[in-house]
Amino acid sequence: MSNIPKDLKYSKSHEWLKLNSDGTVTVGITHHAQDLMGDMVYVELPSTGTKVTAGKECGVVESVKAASDVYAPVSGEIVEANGTLADAPETVNKDCYGAGWMFRLKPASKSELDGLLDAKAYEALVASEKH
Amino acid sequence: MGNRTPLYSDHIKLGAKIVDFGGWDMPLHYGSQIGEHHKVRNDCGMFDVSHMNVVDVKGAGVRDFFRLLLANNVDKLKTRGKALYSCMLNSKGGVIDDLIVYYLDDAWFRVVMNAATREKDMAWVSAAAKKFGGVTVTMRDDLAMIAIQGPHAKQKVYQALGETLRDSAGTLKPFHAVTVRDLFIATTGYTGEDGFEIILPATSAPRTWQQLHSVGVPPVGLGARDTLRLEAGMNLYGSDMDETTTPLESGLAWTVAFEPSDRNFIGREVLDRQKAQGVPRLLVGLVLEGKGVLRNHQKVTCDGAGEGEITSGSFSPTLNQAIALARVPAAVKTGDRGTVELRGKPATVRVVKYPFVRNGKACL
Repeated sequence: MSNIPKDLKYSKSHEWLKLNSDGTVTVGITHHAQDLMGDMVYVELPSTGTKVTAGKECGVVESVKAASDVYAPVSGEIVEANGTLADAPETVNKDCYGAGWMFRLKPASKSELDGLLDAKAYEALVASEKH
Repeated sequence: MGNRTPLYSDHIKLGAKIVDFGGWDMPLHYGSQIGEHHKVRNDCGMFDVSHMNVVDVKGAGVRDFFRLLLANNVDKLKTRGKALYSCMLNSKGGVIDDLIVYYLDDAWFRVVMNAATREKDMAWVSAAAKKFGGVTVTMRDDLAMIAIQGPHAKQKVYQALGETLRDSAGTLKPFHAVTVRDLFIATTGYTGEDGFEIILPATSAPRTWQQLHSVGVPPVGLGARDTLRLEAGMNLYGSDMDETTTPLESGLAWTVAFEPSDRNFIGREVLDRQKAQGVPRLLVGLVLEGKGVLRNHQKVTCDGAGEGEITSGSFSPTLNQAIALARVPAAVKTGDRGTVELRGKPATVRVVKYPFVRNGKACL
């Protein structure tokens, strides 16, 4: 079953974004993405202060089965990375929308968020990939 | 839709993620591959391995037939029920498949071969049998196979299937089998743990599976089966050896019986030559120093010895680090270091003796 919270935004590369009240966004990978990957064994995240570009890789998640890039869903600067994932990568499987968040970034501009998908559009994307 | 085992609907009920494996719809995991791996190392778990190809070979000349067909020597099988691991080679010494052969009586041997190689195995064995004469080869598609593995596996089998099994299956040494009721119970496995592999009628497989589940034996998918066997240092056909590699280049020299020298098994000539001239490549174990995961087909540059290739690479849940089997130039020694490129960056690997894990304990 797809697990796609209504209050989040999504990228086509299967990251989710949460808009915070201070103007930053929190980013993780979706339930669908972690389900495809299987058990995570290694997470590599960008360090604080890194400038990232929308659509470019900025981290790596590796499962028993495969390795995959994590893409920056918007351009901006990393203000915090989830350090707990280095020692507990399985958190991404257990709670991808909560404790398994990956990083927080400050978007370069507000317009960065315009091209993102809402829950309904992301659900359609996931459905289309299954067929 | 691929082939399905008699336990397919049980897998669906248990929430399995199904994947194609050599034309079979098989469970990859039932939620967590790593969780299932730890269950087998610390307690027990059960695997549906009904996709494996069980073949009965019968006839008065069956022992002589296998003396010709296999690189290992079935003359080591002196008591009924004894099992032997062997490669079956082509005339160039390349591995057609690896298998386990059981001696049941003087006119009946049972072979268990891989699923993905079923068609070519049957073509090869049938052609050899026809040429040899006097033996019949029968695929046993009416049978299923369940492996129960782990330190508590045997206890759970007695609890689920009958305490009387203690007196029969419970007294078996490793690599032996006994038939009890409609169960062919063998002390073999692919995990490096204690346990049984049970071959039984396909029609009674679901009930047996459910009985085992009801005493608390969790199902384990092919994902954990692969990490368990890799930790145990057991080869996987198609990854660690195939028709382009000999057993001597695949860490399987111990399975080739060169004595007696007049046993002229198929592929012998090439192996004799390799043995005399030296084997150019060897299979070694690797551990990754640092984070990341080793993967199949990655190139490994060995300090001072040239290049090799990872044949099976994964993450070891028991050791909590990446491990691999790799085919490297013969000059490579245990303790040597090498370099693997992981996602564009060089990473250091160390050459180690394998198995990596046996009976729940790290061997490094």
